Amino acid sequence: MDEILEVLEKDSRITPEEIAKMLRKKPAAIKEAIRRFEKEGVILKYKTVINRDILKQEEPTVRALIEVNITPQKDVGFDRISERIYSFPEVTSCYLISGTYDLLVVVEGRNLQAVSSFVAEKLSCLENVRGTTTHFLLKKYKEDGVILKHKEENKRINISY
Amino acid sequence: MKNIISKKVEIMQPSGIRAFFDLVLGMKDVISLGVGEPDFVTPWPIREAGIYSLEQGFTSYTSNKGLYKLRMEISRFLKKCHNLDYSPEDEILITVGVSEGVDLVLRSIINPGDKVLIPVPSYVSYGPVTELAGGVPVFIDTRKDGFKLTPESLKRHMDKRPKAIILNYPSNPTGVSYTKKELSEFNKILLKNKIICISDEVYADLTYDFEHTPFATLPGAKSNTVYLDGFSKSYAMTGWRVGFACGPKEIIAAMTKIHQYTIMCVPITSQMAACEALVTGRKSVEEMKREYRRRRELIVGGLNELGFVCSMPEGAFYAFPSLKKLGMKSMEFSRELLQKQKVAVVPGTAFGKDYDDYIRISYASSLENLKEALSRMRIFLKNR
Repeated sequence: MDEILEVLEKDSRITPEEIAKMLRKKPAAIKEAIRRFEKEGVILKYKTVINRDILKQEEPTVRALIEVNITPQKDVGFDRISERIYSFPEVTSCYLISGTYDLLVVVEGRNLQAVSSFVAEKLSCLENVRGTTTHFLLKKYKEDGVILKHKEENKRINISY
Repeated sequence: MKNIISKKVEIMQPSGIRAFFDLVLGMKDVISLGVGEPDFVTPWPIREAGIYSLEQGFTSYTSNKGLYKLRMEISRFLKKCHNLDYSPEDEILITVGVSEGVDLVLRSIINPGDKVLIPVPSYVSYGPVTELAGGVPVFIDTRKDGFKLTPESLKRHMDKRPKAIILNYPSNPTGVSYTKKELSEFNKILLKNKIICISDEVYADLTYDFEHTPFATLPGAKSNTVYLDGFSKSYAMTGWRVGFACGPKEIIAAMTKIHQYTIMCVPITSQMAACEALVTGRKSVEEMKREYRRRRELIVGGLNELGFVCSMPEGAFYAFPSLKKLGMKSMEFSRELLQKQKVAVVPGTAFGKDYDDYIRISYASSLENLKEALSRMRIFLKNR
């Protein structure tokens, strides 16, 4: 992977000037490379990882992992039905997987009821959806490589040879 | 307490820097560029191996030389990476960090009055440990050659008939390292004059601009070299205290004699974790190295912009900028920077009394910290 991407993946707020310094290149070259990555779709989006558990004032959301069995369609296989599913705004992630079911769909809602009614009224009634199993998420420990509990710090002393 | 402490210890330099270190340690919310160890925590698979070994009940002594498995892994690693042949049976000794390795070699080969060449500025222990072993340190000042030992300056010290030299590359505190060509020149001189090379290569994995060449791989050097390395810097394992010494079996046997009476063996938990480091830890090393290299560019560029004079270090995680253009001495600068902006650095005098115009900056600190430290230094210099 390009080292520019390695740097940005760790901290997307870092400026092209800073990256240029770190990689001994010209800022213009870095800007150009980033523009290209964006255009080619290598860089899709810049996001912030938020630990919502700490935001007490905010209403907690409920998340569920849903196993979905679907009937593939002629010519398009799983793609068309998957698109119908992942286009719902409630769906935050959607994966086609191997094993006993076909799609793993991650759904987020305001509360248990919201998620349940999405599954009952939207997802299950879709043509070609043969069945669903819903797992509500109880606790998040680690997400996308980020440990949510605490920031691990080296407990080294402040000065040494 | 008169006459209680031995003369040998009493004359040891009571490091004038101690008071400054205490000042740093007593202060809160300091951004420290004064640390001689990685800011990474030991990678999890290595820690896990340590925990697992405890669960399994590995709580005993190991053989004096160290776990056979670990010596075997080191032997394999050196063969694979550098085509070096060291037998795990009698040419490798597991030590408590490289620090013990240096002490053991010196005590094994030095007779009273033997001279030991030490290019300076150097790591703090070389001089005192040489003296404790009964030797006489002969310092080679490298300032005017950009902190690099040169064949000429080495040759100039041959008439002193030294027994050994302590090389450390990449170097703490300067970050200087040597190419194969430069090392070959040293090797010829050392071989011709029958001088033992004690090669401290603990920062070897952090060499950025060219391939690191272990001294023992040079033609004819192996029988003349004690190769010291460890796990502290490459695998962020400073607190585990594991190093190793490889060398001619006579020297390793002598070192093992001292080691068995003074240390017995390196803690077994640490040795087992070190095995894991060699088996699975290489990937983290490469990642770490790229991260350090980026920090190096940022910090050295930043320091030069601020008016320090700082050349690009080739390895380790240190920069050794000069304060001359700023017109300050190292202790005054370090103390004021700490008190006014809460940024800690190590005054150059820690590495030899002649280096009062320098400070050591460690970039083993997160990018955010480095950026914040640079901006605090900018404020400090502006308000001075």
